Amino acid sequence: MPAHSHRTAGSLAVALLGALAFAQPALSGEARPTALTPEYVEECGSCHVAFPGRMLGASSWNAVLDGLDQHFGTDASVDAATLASLRTLLASTARSKQTTQDGKPVLRITEARWFRHEHDEVPARLKSGPDAISLSSCGSCHREAERGSYSERTLRLPKKGVQK
Amino acid sequence: MRIGVLISLVLWSGAAAVRAEQPADIEAALAATARNEDASFAGFSAQRGERFYNASHGGDWSCATCHGSDPRAIGKHTVTGKAIEPLAPAANPKRFTNPAKVEKWFRRNCNDVLDRTCTAQERGDVLAWLRSLDAQAVR
Repeated sequence: MPAHSHRTAGSLAVALLGALAFAQPALSGEARPTALTPEYVEECGSCHVAFPGRMLGASSWNAVLDGLDQHFGTDASVDAATLASLRTLLASTARSKQTTQDGKPVLRITEARWFRHEHDEVPARLKSGPDAISLSSCGSCHREAERGSYSERTLRLPKKGVQK
Repeated sequence: MRIGVLISLVLWSGAAAVRAEQPADIEAALAATARNEDASFAGFSAQRGERFYNASHGGDWSCATCHGSDPRAIGKHTVTGKAIEPLAPAANPKRFTNPAKVEKWFRRNCNDVLDRTCTAQERGDVLAWLRSLDAQAVR
């Protein structure tokens, strides 16, 4: 067997080990149902990707639902029956640990401690400059975000100089 | 017997409520509301609707900000960047077929663009313009 084949097999093994190391759920230890129901996707996935409930704690979701008429600068209000249904769904899929800052529920997923921790390895070129992308545009890197999957396996960082 | 008729009527009206409507039905319902809101209502105008769609109404946004200057093309949410399917029925047959959905989005979007609800006249004018567009989208 030529020497370079050994090298190839070796790097393959390293790559596989690396893949295994990253194969854990991206949302460390959170194995709650994704529950992207048709209603949820319709109501909460028209203007942005439908964020799985496990991204925020229950108190955060309640605060978000209480302010839908002024939802980050836009009116995202729903009727009372829909609101009740969304509240039930998010209560059952919310992150088990509350997402708070200074004792107040965090409203932006990007400000949750777990999120900042998971994204602290994002390369500097994606944080500022011509290639910068917003941390809130999940789909720029998480190719399966629309389906509620954020595993490292489907993660692709945009290439240098490629328009998003 | 009479109860049977009553039950059939209730069932029939329930079926009618969930039946998918056409943009023309939605426009007709808006015309009825407009007549109620203003006795001098004299029909909808596609021209007025186009102006309304493109105007910023004193704020930062217009309808076109997210739905695009050509509503037959795919729009883009100005805050999140998410793609918005075409608004004109000719380019997207699902548009204006669900009264509840139409009501919800006019309520939200008029608040965002005009900081108030839109009158039936304004909604109908915009719909009349959208319905007047043929399928040839500008890419």
